[in-house]
Amino acid sequence: MYEFVSGPLVWVAFIVFIGGMAVKTVSLLKLTSKKDKVVFNHLHLGWSIRSILHWLIPFGSDGMRKNPVFTIAGFTFHICLLAAPIFLVAHNVLLDESWGFSFWTIPDKIADWMTLLLIAAAIVLILRRLILPEVKIVTTGLDYLLLAVATAPFITGYMAYHQWLDSELISIIHILCGELMLIIIPFTKLSHILLFFLSRAHIGSEFGERRGAVTW
Amino acid sequence: MAELAVDTNVIKERLNFLKGGRFKLWLEICAHCGLCADSCFFYLAHDKDPKYMPSYKVMKTLGELYNKNGEVDRATLEKMADIVWGDCTACRRCSMYCPFGIDIATMIAAARAILCTQGLHPEALKAAIENYKNTGNQMAISTEEFVETCEWMAEETEEEVRGLVIPIDKQNADMMYTVNAREPKFYPQDIAEAAQIFHVAGENWTMPTTGWDDTNLAMFAGDGKTAAAQVKLVYDAAERLGAKSIGVTECGHAYRALRFEGPYWLGLPGGKPPVPVVHSVELFYNYVKSGRIKIDPAKKVTMPVTYQDPCNVSRNGGHAEQARYLVNALCTDFRDMQPNREHNHCCGGGGGYIPMGPPFRRRRMESGKVKADQIRETGAKMVIVPCHNCFDQLKDLSKEYNLDIQVVHFKTIMPHMMILPDEMKPVPKAEAEEE
Repeated sequence: MYEFVSGPLVWVAFIVFIGGMAVKTVSLLKLTSKKDKVVFNHLHLGWSIRSILHWLIPFGSDGMRKNPVFTIAGFTFHICLLAAPIFLVAHNVLLDESWGFSFWTIPDKIADWMTLLLIAAAIVLILRRLILPEVKIVTTGLDYLLLAVATAPFITGYMAYHQWLDSELISIIHILCGELMLIIIPFTKLSHILLFFLSRAHIGSEFGERRGAVTW
Repeated sequence: MAELAVDTNVIKERLNFLKGGRFKLWLEICAHCGLCADSCFFYLAHDKDPKYMPSYKVMKTLGELYNKNGEVDRATLEKMADIVWGDCTACRRCSMYCPFGIDIATMIAAARAILCTQGLHPEALKAAIENYKNTGNQMAISTEEFVETCEWMAEETEEEVRGLVIPIDKQNADMMYTVNAREPKFYPQDIAEAAQIFHVAGENWTMPTTGWDDTNLAMFAGDGKTAAAQVKLVYDAAERLGAKSIGVTECGHAYRALRFEGPYWLGLPGGKPPVPVVHSVELFYNYVKSGRIKIDPAKKVTMPVTYQDPCNVSRNGGHAEQARYLVNALCTDFRDMQPNREHNHCCGGGGGYIPMGPPFRRRRMESGKVKADQIRETGAKMVIVPCHNCFDQLKDLSKEYNLDIQVVHFKTIMPHMMILPDEMKPVPKAEAEEE
């Protein structure tokens, strides 16, 4: 079972993730260039980059400054979401064994803290949805589910590393959680990992190049 | 009352048409984060009642149309119409504040277009659209009436500014000036004031006998066909007269329709109008900055003044800085609202909300609380605003919230401060009496 989830299933997960995102993005760009002339007529590299950067830097926009709790929780969540898995020693060992290369690594203690911070951030994001009326009113079951799917690899990863319960079973579950998350990315709002850049490039250009106003 | 049918096929066709590109993207990636909420003045003015938050308004209208694939009954469509026209002015502030850059207001506009196909746009807008179709202008003014009004205004003003003419249908002018239809109807002095400014600036300008109305309530109503026809009237006039640019009176949505939306309604290449479209703010800014118009410092406004950023001139037009240059050139005590420039709030009346008339008046007084508070905090006694809808709304807000402010356009105050070249100065009284 372990061989299956850490072998063929990894292939499946990455092919669906990368292939799915590629198909989605290309078809979106093609459709847009045909049906939505206003997008490509005004796309401007400078305004796109500025709009993206102002929303990638904590408190870089007025909206973020007005929502500090969300900004801190959101950035904590995303930074840990990316950094912990990519720079984890255990993952890089596997990467090296399979493909002969690896990234820089971080000490396990740091990865541990990142994992706990991510879980704390996820709790804040869930509480936001339950408590704030303007968030509750637009929240659906899927929002909670996706948050759970994104957080599960970290909870199970923590458990696997610290060898809680049955170590091999937890590892298998951890890998499955990670694969699940990758597979659903192209089919849900999680696709924002790439589409954020496209939608911001458009609105940044639409307001910046076309109208002469900022989008932050 | 007979139950009106819902033409589901038309709705489905529209939904399909929209699903290309941007709309598909936006509907998929909205993360339901809720950050758009406190960017919206409707939400803020109603004590943060969540039903006024932007993405919720989209979910209940365009979102629901997609979810049900257009298969909804008339009653549901009526509720949607009430949201998209009554709870939103499409000011686009939410589009600025969305972390993903989703153009939320444009989705409301798309919902309006769909509901318009079902005849659900507000009655008062329907009347205006009839006028556009029958007479080419919102107020059903005949060409004779229009020309007479211009001639009358020229006569009234030429004593104060010698040599002043209002050229009609002049060929090859640098600028073909267009006005809000209510100017010839109710505020002809606006035309006189603009004429004075253009005359002193030495502008080579004209007005056309047809295509002089730059308003476009069809845009607010979601009636793309009539909106396009209106814009075409103006573009055709410019072409007919060989004008090098189209000037727009101090009106917000007129500028947006002619400069930005019109070219796309008409499928013009690159989304550009046939000649440059210039708003009055830019025209006046150029005159004052270049010195074509000199302002007498002794006549500047000394009372505290603030500036209302019309959504379609600042946020959606980019003229926030030019306007402020102008305000500072004309006034000594300028106090900016907070927030300001493209971050400023909608007044609540703009784009076409006021023309929807009495059924919506109470709601715009309620939502206008945010603007009223902004004005009160500046301590200003006068608000300068280059937009007709804002103008009316601010006057109403002043009464409703006891702001005790004067509301003026730039062209209301500029003529009094312009230094007239000698040849334009009025004839001395003694000589005039002899005539």
